[in-house]
Amino acid sequence: MSAAVSWARRATLLIGFIFLYAPIVILAVMSFNASRLVSVWGGFSTKWYAALLENEQLLHSAKISLAAALTSATISTLLGLLAAISLTRFGRFRTRFLLFGAVHAPLVLPEVVLGLALLTCFVAFGVGRGFITLVIGHVTLTMCFTTVAILAALRDSDPALEEAAMDLGATPFGAFVRVALPQIAPAIVTAYLLAFTLSLDDLVIASFATGPGATTLPMRIYSQVRLGVSPQINAISTLLLALVAVALGLAALVSSSRARRDGQVVTSLARAPDNAS
Amino acid sequence: MSARRRLSLGERLVIAAPYLWIGAFFLAPMALIAKISVSQSVLARPPYRPIFEPSDSLAAIWAKAQTFTFDAYRALVSDTLYLESYLSSLTIAAISTLITLIIAYPFALAMARAPERLRPLLIGLAAAPFWTSFLIRVYAWIALLKDEGLINNALMALGLITAPLQMFATTGAVVVGIVYSYLPFMLLPLYAALERQDPSLREAAADLGASPAQVFLRVTLPLSREGVVAGALLVFIPAVGEFVIPDLLGGSETLMIGRTLWNDFFSNHDWPAASAAAIVLVAVLMIPLLLWERARLADEDDAR
Repeated sequence: MSAAVSWARRATLLIGFIFLYAPIVILAVMSFNASRLVSVWGGFSTKWYAALLENEQLLHSAKISLAAALTSATISTLLGLLAAISLTRFGRFRTRFLLFGAVHAPLVLPEVVLGLALLTCFVAFGVGRGFITLVIGHVTLTMCFTTVAILAALRDSDPALEEAAMDLGATPFGAFVRVALPQIAPAIVTAYLLAFTLSLDDLVIASFATGPGATTLPMRIYSQVRLGVSPQINAISTLLLALVAVALGLAALVSSSRARRDGQVVTSLARAPDNAS
Repeated sequence: MSARRRLSLGERLVIAAPYLWIGAFFLAPMALIAKISVSQSVLARPPYRPIFEPSDSLAAIWAKAQTFTFDAYRALVSDTLYLESYLSSLTIAAISTLITLIIAYPFALAMARAPERLRPLLIGLAAAPFWTSFLIRVYAWIALLKDEGLINNALMALGLITAPLQMFATTGAVVVGIVYSYLPFMLLPLYAALERQDPSLREAAADLGASPAQVFLRVTLPLSREGVVAGALLVFIPAVGEFVIPDLLGGSETLMIGRTLWNDFFSNHDWPAASAAAIVLVAVLMIPLLLWERARLADEDDAR
């Protein structure tokens, strides 16, 4: 390969990553700016972080967002796992196509449409809006993503291994738990993290589905942002970015231990008969 | 085709949970807005008629169904605001998709041709922004694009311009926001398609006398078609219905259907109009997907 091509590639990568990361880095740097103005560097300061701690509204919303993300990601991952099992392990059952379509549809549906549909439904059936409706909205939004993530892993895992376990006397449930589950564990973690971050980040569905008592963090950020750039929003954004960085670090650790998990499948297979007896 | 099978009780229970959830919180709400879209707008709560009650007799349901009207759909066609919103959404999404593709292609190519041990790191770095808050990434651009923002300040400090350029609150800013936010969605399928390619095909073309440009145009590009189509759909479809980006970065003249819908629903409380617009939007978005699915099935048939 010629040196010119190789340099062009390096330059492309550099420019590409600068484009992707510069806005985020600038935002984080500005959260330590003592000056209120975006364009003037007034020295290093952590006062905007200190101000966050006194912003009761924002803290309350952050708690609501975290609680909604934890709850909805748990439900969504469970439902996604069940949907993925149905689609990969039950053969061609009669309503398979319907389930497949219904599970994937929210993936391409504009969030505004899903939010609008959920809100009209809650109003029509007289359901008071609040934390529960918020969680319902987020599970519906994220379930298609968790299903797709787990579905891909289940397709890759060989059903023959489970069949072998069953031939050796394991129940279908036992075979799934001890053979397939360890294999797809990284995908389940990914699905959970995906649902968690999507819920934590969502503005549109939350604006439709939630009620006065349960304003989420993105809704607060959004109403602040509409009034203009504020250093406090930079500070909370930086904290959220740091949270994501930690989560991604954890995910990387999980996937690097994947090789070890693959080894466990063999051990699980060997242990399966004990399980049945 | 293998015979359809009957499910055992345990299997039925496993299927029941996702089915019930989707039925109650996705299919039922969608059916409801389809119904509201043919209802009449009234000043009440909820702001539409008729409303079916569980106690209604069949005759009552029939009588209420007689009042269904396509007024909301007719209004969509005659109301220029909606027509313009649809057209402008499609245009903005198409332009943004094209620019995203132009930026993402060399980027993905450089990643796919990087040394193999570096690739996981590069792809991780390219995918990471996808995990960070969408709202925050859009917000980050406000500080860059504003009249007193960093780009204008930098340009003025360099003496390239004397007065700030109006970049914030324009349709151009919306395009920048979409390109930036959706770049990872384009990068990942492109990278996957390019990385899979067998290098010996390019070498063979070069050995037969093709110039590097010809190798790219006649080997690399056609073989990456699947990635281009997947990436374009992943950017185009959500971009059409986008609300956050036009609302935060766009000006008052930037019409996008997601924003128009939102305003009609929350500010004007015209639920039938918003519902009809939502149904039409879903129908519009289904067209490229169905075409894609048909092309994919045709490809599979060819392969057999």
